[in-house]
Amino acid sequence: MGSEMINRRSTLKSLALGAVSLLAIAASGMSSAQAENKELKIGFVGVTSGPAAAWGTSNVRSMQTRADWLNEMGGVKIGDDTYNIEIVTFDDQKDPKRAIAGMEKMAQEGIHYVVGPNVDDGAAAVRPVAESKGIIYFPYAFPKALYTPPASNAVLGMVANYQSGPAIYKYLKENKGVKKVAFIAANESDPLSQRDSGVAAAKELGLEVVAEKDTYQNDTRDFTPVLTPIVQLKPDLLVLSGVAPANAPLLIRAARELGYEGLISAETAQDATVLQEGAGELANGFISVGGASTPEIRTPVMEEFIKRYTDKFGEYNDESNTKVYALEYIIETLKANPKAIDDVEEFKKTAETFSAPNPFAKDKTLKYVGTSSFGQKRQLSVPMVVTEFKDGEFKTLFVGEVD
Amino acid sequence: MEQVIANGLYLGAQYALIALGLTLIFALMNVLNFAHGQMYVLGGFVTYTIYGQLKLPFVLALICSGVTLAIVGALMEKFLFRTVIRRSKREESTMLLAAATAFFLDAIMLLLFGEKQRGVPKIISGVFVSDRVILPYDRIVVGVVAILMIAAFMLFMQYSKPGRAMRALAQDRVAAQLMGVKVERYSMIGFALGAMLAGVVGGLLVSITGVNSGIGGPISIKAFLMVMIGGAGVVGGAIAGGFILGMMESVGLATLREYGDITYLVIFALLMIFLSIRPHGLMGKPWG
Repeated sequence: MGSEMINRRSTLKSLALGAVSLLAIAASGMSSAQAENKELKIGFVGVTSGPAAAWGTSNVRSMQTRADWLNEMGGVKIGDDTYNIEIVTFDDQKDPKRAIAGMEKMAQEGIHYVVGPNVDDGAAAVRPVAESKGIIYFPYAFPKALYTPPASNAVLGMVANYQSGPAIYKYLKENKGVKKVAFIAANESDPLSQRDSGVAAAKELGLEVVAEKDTYQNDTRDFTPVLTPIVQLKPDLLVLSGVAPANAPLLIRAARELGYEGLISAETAQDATVLQEGAGELANGFISVGGASTPEIRTPVMEEFIKRYTDKFGEYNDESNTKVYALEYIIETLKANPKAIDDVEEFKKTAETFSAPNPFAKDKTLKYVGTSSFGQKRQLSVPMVVTEFKDGEFKTLFVGEVD
Repeated sequence: MEQVIANGLYLGAQYALIALGLTLIFALMNVLNFAHGQMYVLGGFVTYTIYGQLKLPFVLALICSGVTLAIVGALMEKFLFRTVIRRSKREESTMLLAAATAFFLDAIMLLLFGEKQRGVPKIISGVFVSDRVILPYDRIVVGVVAILMIAAFMLFMQYSKPGRAMRALAQDRVAAQLMGVKVERYSMIGFALGAMLAGVVGGLLVSITGVNSGIGGPISIKAFLMVMIGGAGVVGGAIAGGFILGMMESVGLATLREYGDITYLVIFALLMIFLSIRPHGLMGKPWG
């Protein structure tokens, strides 16, 4: 009995020792492999909680998915060094004060490239910190002042509504006979500014704007009372200015259930699953700037990205079709000019001439644009894919590009 | 105008149901449950999972939402609020605990259910259309169910033994204890009931408005608004507050739309004036 116990104990001890040795060997192997690579920290400051969490979460998850993938392939070679990418995130809770704190945290960590913030006031609030601490940031917010000289540290991460809106209205006027337009927006700075520029663009095209002051609280759950008076105006097109993905299906459903038969559009990216679950077939025909990728223009790299994202987080978010680009631009620009890794002035110089193959979209190029809108290249060139929702999927209406 | 009134009544019914659980917990324990909206959201997600994902019957999903939240509420009362109330003499301790619980539930739900808006198939298709009113059938069903639930809740509070015990507790905790009411047991039942109401209404409304992990906070704020209008801790007040807010929203959005988003500005301004005249709300006095 006693010797059995001793034997069992020594066997267990041997097994434990073996396991510890294996772990030690594995750990030393890993640490030596990691030691070969330097670390490049890229920041994110944006909203990952609360009602607008979807906007920032799709940013963070896109960045983490791509960073893991690049690290798995051995890291990124910039100049003579190879780097592992580390994503440092900060949830600003859509609060400009927290966005400033987040940007200061990034500066303290020595980070020079930050994706976000996701909304206008946050993006405007972090500007002084970014400029004083030498940070280039990539907001998903549209105020032109952020990207127009003398500002030079912000790079718009997507297509702005004042760029996509006119293209959509023109298309609908010419192809669908739209004459009367109604706008509705959440009572927040981003949607309201998007509505105002949308109204201006529609009027410029000669469309009759029958509603331009209707708004709703962003936390509205039942849109029937909001939409009742608008539907009675019988517009040909109902524009959901700056609509959050969570609200789009509710608005569409309420409008259709009230008997609205015209077209509905938005200039913000939406998610097909959310539309399908929330509005089902009532969302058929809904037109939006559906992220910078559809099956027609996707490359195998994009397909792989979607697969990895889905494996990692359980479900893909169509907003990531656009959000995947920021990190790629940062890395590729640093590859083009390794000095920019610590010096954002070098980054700004490189942005003027930078060009690289677009790994995510067929026959497209990564380049900085925005000269027409901002007078300088302070915008990522991502495909402007205008889509129509049909039976759970986005179908491409047309693909445009910003210059 | 008929459409505006119908919209207001429908909104009022769902608002009243949301506010009931909040006012019940406040009446019984003097706790401002900031996590009420999060409980609503959790109830919505339970229904989403069972009805939307597992394709089981909606009624079963609704029952599961109620049961799940009742359990969560009972556990929260037993292990969190009861402990804090016993150990702390400061009322704000329970408020801080409730706020912390709200953040905790928000984070848990974000992790479990993701950041996306979730929806489920309609429980009943079709739209009732007349010359004056357009109402989807599912809204009519939800509105009627909400009113039936409010009625059932009031009957339960009025005539059942636990209901009477809870009313006694709300009226005078010490006197109720002296009369043999088991304070701890009925506090737990009351908290569970309040949480269950939040869960059921969350489940009920997921069929209309869907659910996402970030809406708990705004829903709590709206529920507080209704309770303030009606009078904190008064069941009738919560119901009145819900219907008043629903009607004000509906009428305001229809008549003030030309002036931009001033409906809630007007509602809040009126509320400030109202509270300065009647600080305890419409029916603001201890339960009973």
